[in-house]
Amino acid sequence: MSYVLAGYGVSFVVLGGYAVRVIRRGRALARALPPEPSPPAWP
Amino acid sequence: MTSTASRGTRVIGALALVGLVVTVVMGLTLPLTEEQLEYSRLIAIHPAIAWCAYLAFFVTALGSALYLWKSTRAPLWDHVAVASAEVGVVFTALTLVTGSIWGRPTWGVWWVWDARLTTTALMFVLYLGYLAVRRVPAAPDVRATRAAVVGLLAAVVVPINHYTVEWWRTLHQGESLAPGTLDGRFKVAMLVGFLAMTLAYAWLLVHRMRVERLEERLESEGLDLAIAERQAEAVAP
Amino acid sequence: MWRDAMVIAGRDLRIERRSRVVTNQVLPFALLVIVLFAFALDPDRGVLDRAAAGLFWLAVLFSALLAIQRSFAIEATDEARDGLRLSGLDPAGIFLGKALAVAAQLVVLEVVLTAGIAVLYGSELRGPLLLAATALLATIGLAAAGTIYGVLAAGLRVRETLLPLLVLPVVAPVLLASTRAWEAGLQGVPGEGWSWLRILGVFAVTYVAVGIAAFGTLLEDA
Repeated sequence: MSYVLAGYGVSFVVLGGYAVRVIRRGRALARALPPEPSPPAWP
Repeated sequence: MTSTASRGTRVIGALALVGLVVTVVMGLTLPLTEEQLEYSRLIAIHPAIAWCAYLAFFVTALGSALYLWKSTRAPLWDHVAVASAEVGVVFTALTLVTGSIWGRPTWGVWWVWDARLTTTALMFVLYLGYLAVRRVPAAPDVRATRAAVVGLLAAVVVPINHYTVEWWRTLHQGESLAPGTLDGRFKVAMLVGFLAMTLAYAWLLVHRMRVERLEERLESEGLDLAIAERQAEAVAP
Repeated sequence: MWRDAMVIAGRDLRIERRSRVVTNQVLPFALLVIVLFAFALDPDRGVLDRAAAGLFWLAVLFSALLAIQRSFAIEATDEARDGLRLSGLDPAGIFLGKALAVAAQLVVLEVVLTAGIAVLYGSELRGPLLLAATALLATIGLAAAGTIYGVLAAGLRVRETLLPLLVLPVVAPVLLASTRAWEAGLQGVPGEGWSWLRILGVFAVTYVAVGIAAFGTLLEDA
């Protein structure tokens, strides 16, 4: 059972960690830059 | 604007999260099987992760093609390609890891040189090559074109690799979607996993794309911004 | 297109004849690799003989990387690549020419390396027709694929580290197929080996076609 838990665990830790990284980077950049001049490049 | 979120991503994200929770619960409560004891519980996530890895790869190739095609050229497609590549690398690495974790207790080894695993490993390296090319500093359009060629070529490489390796050897589980080989509960869990992971991929993709657009703006406007700020400082009493 | 290809191939080979970089540096490197494999695999244990085909093609692969780097290094001197772009030569012709020059150099390397494994690993060169046909097709594929990625990496400061990362996964099928074919040949059962040539053929045709189609785009902004 430990293999199964390891598999699930690794998957969600990595996906979650990556998600956090992307979101954090997005927030930092969004704060540093003025709002986009319209029209936006894409939605 | 304080983040890359939007109503669309919040909806997708919520659905993905719910889906993943359901997947985990369903997966971990699947019955034991004769051949694989409890290890077949990984069926809820491993094939789904692998599917997303290949989906991401396809999206990168598609984005690359659309960028290279002059009538559809736009920064959007470059952002799609690179974002999908990065998310794809994560999914591909997870495919290899979960596959390996599944293989160890069931096959007795951490790795076998069968067609699917080997092709996935090669695809992983191809992704890394794409990202390496994309990260080389250059004007955005030069960088995007260069990477797009690599991204599109990779779509040629993978099938050639796959058929060659397959001709060479095959061991992987026979097509598990063949009807009748799997108890209904396993198929449902796998399907739910597919849906949830695909939503998760889409959510990650959109966020990563927006981050890419912001990065590009930072490159072009960032310098002007810094200069303007310094000038403002100098003028202020 | 073919005329331009001959112009470029001729120029590249003439540069090589004058500078002798491939003969004086890449060839010894290839032989060195063969020797090092012997150190790694201990000739007394019989592994070397069985692995000869694979080791040969690995050596060819690594040497091909160097040959491709060299092929584009000669362009980088005094902005010769802008010269290529502006020369009015057909980009497809440039691609074919450079690939041809690389292929020619690789063939020479392979001949020497074949002698190398015959002498150093004691390999009997049975099935020579199969060996030669394999080498020919494989070389075309390697040269074509390598030239495409070579031009991509060419202008970049990180090209030495980037090119292997890009090229090796792409040419993995060539390594696979060539080795299987050569194993069959060297063991005296060429019959099975010939079927691997199909993959080599597909590979070669594919990448030559891609190169002809894409080289214009690559030259423009690489």
